[in-house]
Amino acid sequence: MNAAAPQISRAQQPALRLENVTKVFGGKNSSTKTVALENVNLEVNPGEFVTVVGASGCGKSTLLNIVADLEKPTAGTMDVDGRVAFMFQEATLLPWLSARRNVELALRLHGVARTDRRGRAEELLDTVRLSGMADKRPHELSGGMRQRVALARVLAQDAQVVLMDEPLGALDAMTRDHMHDEIERVWEKHQFCVLFVTHNMREAVRLADRVVLMSSSPGRVKLDQRINIPRPRRIDSAEVAELASELTEALREEVAAHVR
Amino acid sequence: MSASAIINEPPLLQVSTDPEPSRKRNGLARARNLWLWTWPKLLAIAIVIGFWQFLVWIEWKPLFVLPAPATVFSELGNLAGTQRFWESVATTLQRAAFGYGAALIIGSTIGIAVSRVRTLRLAIGSLITGLQTMPSIAWFPFAIVVFGGSNQAIYFVVVLGAAPSIANGIISGIDHVPPTFVRLGKVMGANNVSLYRHIILPAALPTYVAGLSQGWAFAWRSLMAGELLVIVLGVTSIGANLEFARQFSRMDEVIAWMIVILIIGMLADSIFTSISRNLRRSRGLAIDD
Repeated sequence: MNAAAPQISRAQQPALRLENVTKVFGGKNSSTKTVALENVNLEVNPGEFVTVVGASGCGKSTLLNIVADLEKPTAGTMDVDGRVAFMFQEATLLPWLSARRNVELALRLHGVARTDRRGRAEELLDTVRLSGMADKRPHELSGGMRQRVALARVLAQDAQVVLMDEPLGALDAMTRDHMHDEIERVWEKHQFCVLFVTHNMREAVRLADRVVLMSSSPGRVKLDQRINIPRPRRIDSAEVAELASELTEALREEVAAHVR
Repeated sequence: MSASAIINEPPLLQVSTDPEPSRKRNGLARARNLWLWTWPKLLAIAIVIGFWQFLVWIEWKPLFVLPAPATVFSELGNLAGTQRFWESVATTLQRAAFGYGAALIIGSTIGIAVSRVRTLRLAIGSLITGLQTMPSIAWFPFAIVVFGGSNQAIYFVVVLGAAPSIANGIISGIDHVPPTFVRLGKVMGANNVSLYRHIILPAALPTYVAGLSQGWAFAWRSLMAGELLVIVLGVTSIGANLEFARQFSRMDEVIAWMIVILIIGMLADSIFTSISRNLRRSRGLAIDD
């Protein structure tokens, strides 16, 4: 990715740093408590795209909630440099607002003046190629369009760190493929860093600068793999498929070791 | 409008992004819809009146006890030509508006407070539901002794009848706001006030409207009970007329006033129904058409 000059100087400091983060749910009693995350260390540089893959119950969502400050870690420290935006599993658009007004609300909560909101929202919808849909309500949009509105809303928050919690899980393969291009394009343009959670290894390899594999119960970082396949990538290319199956194999060994 | 939107779509996606056809209705279709909406109601009314006429024909009760439909409707026509009729309707509607308005403010305030403050919920949460199940007419002996035969006694009972439903509507609306909406609001940087204003209250609106509708039904019942029991001297109202007609054994007038009460109740209810339907439709929750 083409890092601009100011980002090089900032690259000394990661946009996001987790140090020995542990999250325990439940009481002090050892039989009722669950360790969701244990000693997780993770650094994400400004502008970097990191995907997190793991079996279900590996605490991926908990990890994002901690970064978004929706939950507090039981132990360890978390530092975020800049604002955080969140893209959820479902698009989570507010059903009583049109696409444009959903984006405008994010602008408003971000402190954008009333007079600028409408134009800015339309610009952002244009960025995600939804300009003709600004006045539609969420239920009038397809699943892919809804996630694009959600993406426009993320852009409205002007964040340096964008968290995505399986945002494409509910989409069909073709729409999902298209959304990968869309997310990549917007990310390259706006240069925020992304922490993208998924259980689809090919998706992870397709998108990421780095893939982080997590083990489950308790969630730990098992492998941190840099992806050097040049962009633009295709999810069905041989390189992506090959690396994805290698990583899947690594994850499978991890799961098997855990079951044993 | 949808055509230009499709141009923005990459061609591959057209299959999955078929924008729902917008409601295009010409006059003919509108008339047809109106008829589809109307005829079951007309049929129901015809069946009721037919059965009533049947009871008159078989002389189930003497005519001075159960007058024929025609007698009642002509009495209703006569009443509608009098000034007393419109004054009575105006008094009653005014009381309804004032009592319901007070219940709206009190119920909504209490509802929001209870949903916000845990201690308050523990203290009076179940009391609100308890009050809701209490027949409001049971309050009248108390209200008449405390407030005398006055408007205040009526308002007191109307508010006690309607406010709990309104409060419960807003409480359960707020309780059932999807947690992801709240998470979304927090992530977007909403503070407590803006979270309520932009996310929680709008999300709770459909349930709140359901509470408002139920509150209206209770208010209207309480008001009618109140007007029958508490006759304020020199003030004519629907309930007072109904009571006088009964005392003078004018059954045609009694039934005519009952029809007026029914019609007003149904009109008000249809307002709430249409608000609620529009709300659901605009949020993609409507199951009709």
